[in-house]
Amino acid sequence: MESLTRPRVATVWLGGCSGCHMSLLDLDERLLDLAERMHLVYSPFMDIKQFPEHVDIALVEGAVANEDNARLLRLVRSRTAVLVAFGDCAVAGNVTALRNPLGDPMPVLARSYGTDTSRIPGVGANAGSVPPLVPKVHMLRSLVAVDYYLPGCPPPADLIFFVLSELVAGRTLNLQSRATLG
Amino acid sequence: MSKTITIEPVSRVEGHAKITIQLDDQGHVLDTRFHVLEFRGFEAFCEGRHFQEMPAITSRICGICPVSHMLASADAGDRLLAVEIPDTALLLRRVVNLAQIVQSHALSFFYLSSPDMLLGYDADPATRNVLGVARLNPELARRGIRLRQFGQSVIDIIAGKRIHPSWAVAGGVIAALSPEGRDLILAGLPEALATATSTLEWFRGALDNHTMEVDTFGHFPTLFLGMVSPDGTLETYGGRLRLMDATGTIIADQLDAKAAKALLAEQVEPWSYLKSPYYAPLGPVDGAYRVGPLARLNVADRCGTPLADEELHRFRARASGPVLASFHYHYARLIEILYGLERIGQLLDNADALGTDILARASRNRTHGIGMSEAPRGTLFHDYTVDENGLITRLDLLIATGQNNLAMNRTVTQIAKAFVDDAHLTEGMLNRVEAGIRAFDPCLSCSTHAAGTMPLVVDLVAADGSVLQTLSRPS
Ligand code: SF4
Repeated sequence: MESLTRPRVATVWLGGCSGCHMSLLDLDERLLDLAERMHLVYSPFMDIKQFPEHVDIALVEGAVANEDNARLLRLVRSRTAVLVAFGDCAVAGNVTALRNPLGDPMPVLARSYGTDTSRIPGVGANAGSVPPLVPKVHMLRSLVAVDYYLPGCPPPADLIFFVLSELVAGRTLNLQSRATLG
Repeated sequence: MSKTITIEPVSRVEGHAKITIQLDDQGHVLDTRFHVLEFRGFEAFCEGRHFQEMPAITSRICGICPVSHMLASADAGDRLLAVEIPDTALLLRRVVNLAQIVQSHALSFFYLSSPDMLLGYDADPATRNVLGVARLNPELARRGIRLRQFGQSVIDIIAGKRIHPSWAVAGGVIAALSPEGRDLILAGLPEALATATSTLEWFRGALDNHTMEVDTFGHFPTLFLGMVSPDGTLETYGGRLRLMDATGTIIADQLDAKAAKALLAEQVEPWSYLKSPYYAPLGPVDGAYRVGPLARLNVADRCGTPLADEELHRFRARASGPVLASFHYHYARLIEILYGLERIGQLLDNADALGTDILARASRNRTHGIGMSEAPRGTLFHDYTVDENGLITRLDLLIATGQNNLAMNRTVTQIAKAFVDDAHLTEGMLNRVEAGIRAFDPCLSCSTHAAGTMPLVVDLVAADGSVLQTLSRPS
């Protein structure tokens, strides 16, 4: 089967706004052409619930904001050859990390859910039903090795197209003159 | 043995969620929960920042509807300045909001939900996605992609960037529309309109195969909230709100953001980061309300554009009063695409569209302002309190998706009871439960934010589903 020889590509979202994935969709019809050259094996737009083994390229959007994000990121890293930090939140924390200067997440949570900790999602006994926040939001690099940084909030569609086309073709990337933050 | 089925993650929705279904000893559905798993804390970290920064920061709440946040934020800013914005600024903000409704609805229908309708709820999960649709019906997929592209390009042409533009500010907007830009938009309209009408035709035909889904995907009475113009026509920006009950009686009308928000309260359940607002006078059970396309088409007297009004007529023939089936969010979404395109054409066919008077300049004149917009998923409120320097002292966001939370939870229960059979559990049964959530097109990165009231504490539920304790909000 020909699809077995195509690179296996995954897209993942952690703590972010999904704007980077929307910018990926802004490839518009180019997406259909790209899809012919790769094998998309995992993405929020698909019904595959488990991150698969042996992924060649993973685009990871968002920062690590809670324990689920951290667990998934480590799993992605262990199963992926080329991991791309996809967008400013993944690259540097960005807006998702704006809560860090406030310190411990408790005052941030209390602002929304009140001070009775038995009623705050993710805290104490409530940690089983939703993932607890991590004390500090991390960019991907703080937890795992990153192979490429694709900055932008979100990265422009043309840049995403360039990066994916090169990686899918098995080339190494030179983003020096192309990528800008913001 | 009682047991719990967990669906995690809920896929083909925007953001992170899971569903748990509790079964009793006989394998019958006892209770279900829709858990939203993310929280970002904008209310806390925006405090101390200037209100003029808010359109740019709060649009990062959501990459799908950044324009709605930018516009609700700018509207709150207008109130803090105490200015009326120039006609051209209001017109262009309306066009950009409609463009976003078009692109977001196209995303929901073609990319996220059409795989269920076209390939079937029980299709192989490996191919049950937009690429699977593209293989089976390349024409439909390509048209859907181009329709979303049209909406995004309108935002790009007017606001300068497809996602997270910096364009609307307190007092108006910072760039006018060029004649070339307008012509470019108008040139794209016919193809987009053709896609909208042909998709509606296809959808109407497919409805006959979906009677079971129509009856069980969240079919129940609730209140409905949505924006209308002064004469009751559908509006999505710069209008007032109308609240209707399940029989079609208007219970409040022409509410500004402040008056509307004063009618709402919310409850928190510690098993989800998403809180549940409700209409306070009726309490959290009878006061549940729905927002978004279905609600807007239920509350409005008319769309005010010819093709959409024709379709609205057919839509209304599906029920004797308001349309109560949440499955028809899909139908309403397609009608709103048609409406949005027609209305963009109407608005741009107006001398004001090319006006250059686009910004009212003032400094802060008030310390409290509530702005709103109709986001693709429903009414969005941004409520800002500032000090005399314009620094935020309190920021409350009431997000569209949250307002559908009670209805989404009921929907999950209804579908699970209708389809989930523990003895012969199939993946397709669980996909139907998820598809019920997809009908609401929830946006979960958006959704988990504080509204103005402190949480009302409700039922404490044991693992077996029994209510241990009921508490009420300390006054
Ligand atoms: S980088 Fe920007 S667009 Fe991407 S997830 Fe973060 S805030 Fe959203």
